[in-house]
Amino acid sequence: MKEEFKVISKFIEEKSRVLDVGCGDGILMEFLSKNKVVDIRGLEISKEKVKKCLSKGLAVIEGDAENDLKQFPDLSFDYVILSQTLQAFMNPEKVIENLLRVGKKVIVTIPNFGHWKVRLDLLFKGEMPVTKNLPYQWYDTPNLHMCTILDFYNFCNNRGINIFKTISLNGQTISDIKRSNLKYKNLISELGIFLLEK
Amino acid sequence: MSNLNQLNSVLIKKTLKLDCGKEISNFPLAYETYGNLNENKDNAILIFHALTGDQYASGINPVTNKEGWWNYAVGPGKPFDTDKFFIICANVIGGCMGSYGPGSIDPLTNKPLGTNFPVITINDMVNAQYNLLDHFKIEKLFAVAGGSMGGMQVLQFVSNFPNKAKVALPIACTASHSAQNIAFNELGRQAIMSDSNWKEGLYNEKSINPDKGLAVARMAAHITYLSKQGLQEKFGRNLQERSDLKFGFDADFQIESYLRYQGSVFVDRFDANSYLYITRAMDYFDLTKQFGGNLSKAFKNTKTKFFIISFTSDWLYPTSENKDIVIALNAIGADVGFVEIKTDKGHDSFLLDVPDFLSTIKNYLNTTYSNINERRI
Repeated sequence: MKEEFKVISKFIEEKSRVLDVGCGDGILMEFLSKNKVVDIRGLEISKEKVKKCLSKGLAVIEGDAENDLKQFPDLSFDYVILSQTLQAFMNPEKVIENLLRVGKKVIVTIPNFGHWKVRLDLLFKGEMPVTKNLPYQWYDTPNLHMCTILDFYNFCNNRGINIFKTISLNGQTISDIKRSNLKYKNLISELGIFLLEK
Repeated sequence: MSNLNQLNSVLIKKTLKLDCGKEISNFPLAYETYGNLNENKDNAILIFHALTGDQYASGINPVTNKEGWWNYAVGPGKPFDTDKFFIICANVIGGCMGSYGPGSIDPLTNKPLGTNFPVITINDMVNAQYNLLDHFKIEKLFAVAGGSMGGMQVLQFVSNFPNKAKVALPIACTASHSAQNIAFNELGRQAIMSDSNWKEGLYNEKSINPDKGLAVARMAAHITYLSKQGLQEKFGRNLQERSDLKFGFDADFQIESYLRYQGSVFVDRFDANSYLYITRAMDYFDLTKQFGGNLSKAFKNTKTKFFIISFTSDWLYPTSENKDIVIALNAIGADVGFVEIKTDKGHDSFLLDVPDFLSTIKNYLNTTYSNINERRI
């Protein structure tokens, strides 16, 4: 999703060190390299995707965020990005903890399970929702820990994690999420983008 | 090894202080090159060979008349594309393909040095080969690359000369030879030294070389280069040109015959003393220890871009040991890529036709070469 990359790119200052956790084919890494002067690294679990990244000359290492983040020293990156991956971890709480240890700032984007289409699917069809952002069936989904924008907001608040900025993405529409419109944005956003600090 | 005198070779005049304390100078370093050095002299890649390799990475090796040891990787249109890059590969000191080694003639006795040759290390090998940059008047290499012992040389090279290579490709290697690695090397050395023809390393006539010991050393080592699954799939319990067991100690099984063959052809091209010296150098390799137990310090000042590769079925230099290098590099924020290639071909994978491995290197080198040129790093 190009809009998501634009928002992430806006968060990131020039000449910073960036780690993209779960970087996939490296599309975001390429996008950032083209648009910013950044020193960017990636971590990816899939061999096929790592090979694709390396073929593009990107500094990506094969590894699993739940085990391999520990090799990075404290605050060794200005930004750590976790784009639409949090829900796939066995222990998302630990991963977030590690991201906040490694990065001075952390950018997390989550597919919003609170979006109205998801809610309606469950309400009227009585089936687990299958949408554009969540295209899997319940039995083959890699998404173990789905949450809503409100859930993640509360998660951060309960742990004293500073939320600098939250952005809502709904199709092409980009808007700010504030405490005052949180419940509404939780209904209409397909994606939530959080800029966090410990 | 009859035409050693016709090999490309440079005489290193500078004194090289070896780790053992001895000094050598005016020694030959045999090398081969592939492709052309461009005008900017920015397309040179120094390839380091493994234990039993030599300078003939590509094309036809004039001594063995067989294809070069890295023929899958080096050549026109191949990953180390000789249409694009200038490839240099030298025989390590201690070797037996024209570089200074135990087979070199001692001017005092007019006989091969044998075990009077000094014990050398990976560090010594790399320092000797560094002279090739002067020889070719190359300010900075585009890349250094190598698998197994070649990978160890890559690590040592970047550590010794942090600003002399833009890219480093250590493949299927380790920063510190393990007890298991040392054990297998010791097995090989004992096989050689217990051959009565070895004569404390002072054999010097073709007919009385310790060929049997060297062949056994090669057979044992060869097993470590393959995976159990690979062996099983290739040979299983297949019998060698017979329909049933013969109830004797002849080579009943194909795997026996295969190993015997590997041993027998090896002795025609390799020197037993070189085998001792080079395995010793590998065993002494401990880059972590060189830097007081902290491998990261070995790479502290480097801007080199690393690409580390391991293989799933390599149990000699397993992924975990390759990953230790990745971890050490990440700890200092170095630029590092890493992938473990899935294959059942064992440690030997880096020498074989493993398409995933070869295509990833090819793309990585091509993209990185153009990226570096665009950004003029």
